[in-house]
Amino acid sequence: MEKVLEVKDLKVSFQTYGGTVQAVRGVSFDLHKGETLAIVGESGSGKSVTSQTLMKLIPMPPGKITGGQILFNGEDLVPKSDKEMESIRGKEISMIFQDPMTSLNPTMKVGNQIMEGLIKHQKVSKADAKKRAIELLKLVGIPMPESRVNQYPHEFSGGMRQRAMIAIALAASPKLLIADEPTTALDVTIQAQILELMKGLQDKLDTSIIFITHDLGVVANVADRVAVMYAGQIVEIGTVDEIFYDPKHPYTWGLLASMPSLENDGNDELAAIPGTPPDLTNPPVGDAFAPRNKYALAIDYEEEPPMFQVSETHFAKTWLLHPDAPNVEPPDAVKQRIRKMSSNFDKPVLVKEGK
Amino acid sequence: MAKYIGKRLLYMIISLWLIVTATFFLMRVAPGNPFASEKKLPPEIEANLQAHYGLDKPWYQQYTDYLVNVVTWDFGPSFKYKSQTVNDLISEGFPVSFLLGMEAIFIAVALGVLFGVIAALKQNKWQDYTTMAIAVLGISVPSFIMASFLQYFLAIKLGVFPVARWESFQHTILPAIALAAGPMAYIARLTRSSMIEVLANDYIKTAKAKGLSSGVITVKHAMRNALLPVVTYLGPLTASILTGSFVIEKIFGIPGLGFHFVTSITNRDYTVIMGVTVFYSIILLVAILLVDIAYGIIDPRIKLAGGKKGE
Ligand SMILES: Nc1ncnc2c1ncn2[C@@H]1O[C@H](COP(=O)(O)OP(=O)(O)OP(=O)(O)O)[C@@H](O)[C@H]1O
Ligand SMILES: [Mg+2]
Repeated sequence: MEKVLEVKDLKVSFQTYGGTVQAVRGVSFDLHKGETLAIVGESGSGKSVTSQTLMKLIPMPPGKITGGQILFNGEDLVPKSDKEMESIRGKEISMIFQDPMTSLNPTMKVGNQIMEGLIKHQKVSKADAKKRAIELLKLVGIPMPESRVNQYPHEFSGGMRQRAMIAIALAASPKLLIADEPTTALDVTIQAQILELMKGLQDKLDTSIIFITHDLGVVANVADRVAVMYAGQIVEIGTVDEIFYDPKHPYTWGLLASMPSLENDGNDELAAIPGTPPDLTNPPVGDAFAPRNKYALAIDYEEEPPMFQVSETHFAKTWLLHPDAPNVEPPDAVKQRIRKMSSNFDKPVLVKEGK
Repeated sequence: MAKYIGKRLLYMIISLWLIVTATFFLMRVAPGNPFASEKKLPPEIEANLQAHYGLDKPWYQQYTDYLVNVVTWDFGPSFKYKSQTVNDLISEGFPVSFLLGMEAIFIAVALGVLFGVIAALKQNKWQDYTTMAIAVLGISVPSFIMASFLQYFLAIKLGVFPVARWESFQHTILPAIALAAGPMAYIARLTRSSMIEVLANDYIKTAKAKGLSSGVITVKHAMRNALLPVVTYLGPLTASILTGSFVIEKIFGIPGLGFHFVTSITNRDYTVIMGVTVFYSIILLVAILLVDIAYGIIDPRIKLAGGKKGE
């Protein structure tokens, strides 16, 4: 399948009064056409910074890309200027933000906010742009789009605003859509509708999607693959089945064990991961997760684990996959769900530097 | 909308009546009278004068007479300038003051916004520090000192502008700057902080994510929202330009309404004081109404009560 995006060893840091925050510390992944990649992880793990860096939307300064490549259709975005990025933002890559209440301009009509991108990227006339804006509003399921197009955001409900945001993002039919927790601020029924809408549109337009979320339950519904982030790194990445039914990283175990599910509602306690994420101004030596990890090995405190490849699509960054590592059992909540993956290699393979 | 304006007009009339009443009684309790000058007048003449201006009538009659006169837009004769009525003074002085005030408001708003936006876009760079340092000066230096300063350097030392008087456009520049400096500095600081706040908003990121250029984002998305507080300030701005004009017109010898007002106070020219006060109040009330209407147009979230939609 055609690769739309390839991120290689991306590093981003922020200069703050307290020192340099290494928000993203060597993230690599790729994304194919029409595919949905979910990025999950605790608050502060660098999901938003990673995704905004793909469009170079992080404020620079204080932010800075300190290393790596962002290959979009084979072209590296990192060295591009702001001016050059303008023809990519909104046209090739679009973004939907978390809070629909604040991500629309309150003093501009919703229609105009959709039209802006069209006029900029597709060089259409104002009248045509308006026609298209009405079509888009209809496409995202807003009733009476002809009158809604002339309204202001405060006249829309939260769910409708997020639909309008999707219309804005899709206006120029981008190849990649980044959705940063698009449903977190919405109530559950609206969430389901918005997810349904995004999936439907993806099928129609064949867009690739990066879907950022806290909610593992949502992931199973929308994603093809999942990347688990911790302290600015991807610690495990694989297909949805691999992550849900054959997770290898103790942090992923922790996330899965703390996920409420229908089977264990209320019976067993949710196993929250103890402790807090590390301070990214001074990332610890070794594995950043070690202090919170009850499976941590001695080496975890000394040397950062390398990436091990478990199958063609499944990678995990933990010493537990090393041939010399002791055999450990995941927590019960996770063990119950483990399935044998036929696609797994015989043994995890150490990935050489540079992947 | 019409209903809203109607309601506001009613409030304005009530406010005006309160102002007229208050000025009327304040004038009465103020010591001294217009005919108490260096030379003592013979009692018969003074009684004659009192009768001529209706000052011998009981206070309630003077009050109702005055109210009726105000309603018919007749502020009566000046006590001091024998042949002139207060209406004459207003129609003579107001155009001058209006021109000066408009020029000052224009300078204050245009430059204030410009400096504020530059400072915000270049936050914590030298442009920011320079404009804000100047703004602090502008706010803390009183306008009469600013006026003398301008006169001394630009007029006397450099001879670029005339020192005083009111003859050509050249003559209007120094007083307009002196009058505008304080409000301009205030607007610059207001614009800067509100612009910085707006630029941190999510919808600015949305606009950037659409691929809009930073110029378009600044003008179309940031400034419109950032200027809302500035629009609110236009009411108080009018007031401060009005009061500022008393001093400035006096310093520059400009024959405007402010000049007459100050003169009439030193002369205890009751009718002029009262007439001009009422006239100023009307201007202020109208300015505030216009600002509120403008605000409702600029910010669609504000619905002018009584109307259907703030559109
Ligand atoms: N503008 C900034 N200046 C300084 N530090 C920043 C800035 N933006 C992000 N960071 C830091 O980068 C790290 C990653 O933040 P990020 O917003 O990507 O987290 P996240 O995974 O999206 O979390 P959440 O789930 O809460 O949205 C955090 O430690 C954060 O403090
Ligand atoms: Mg985030």
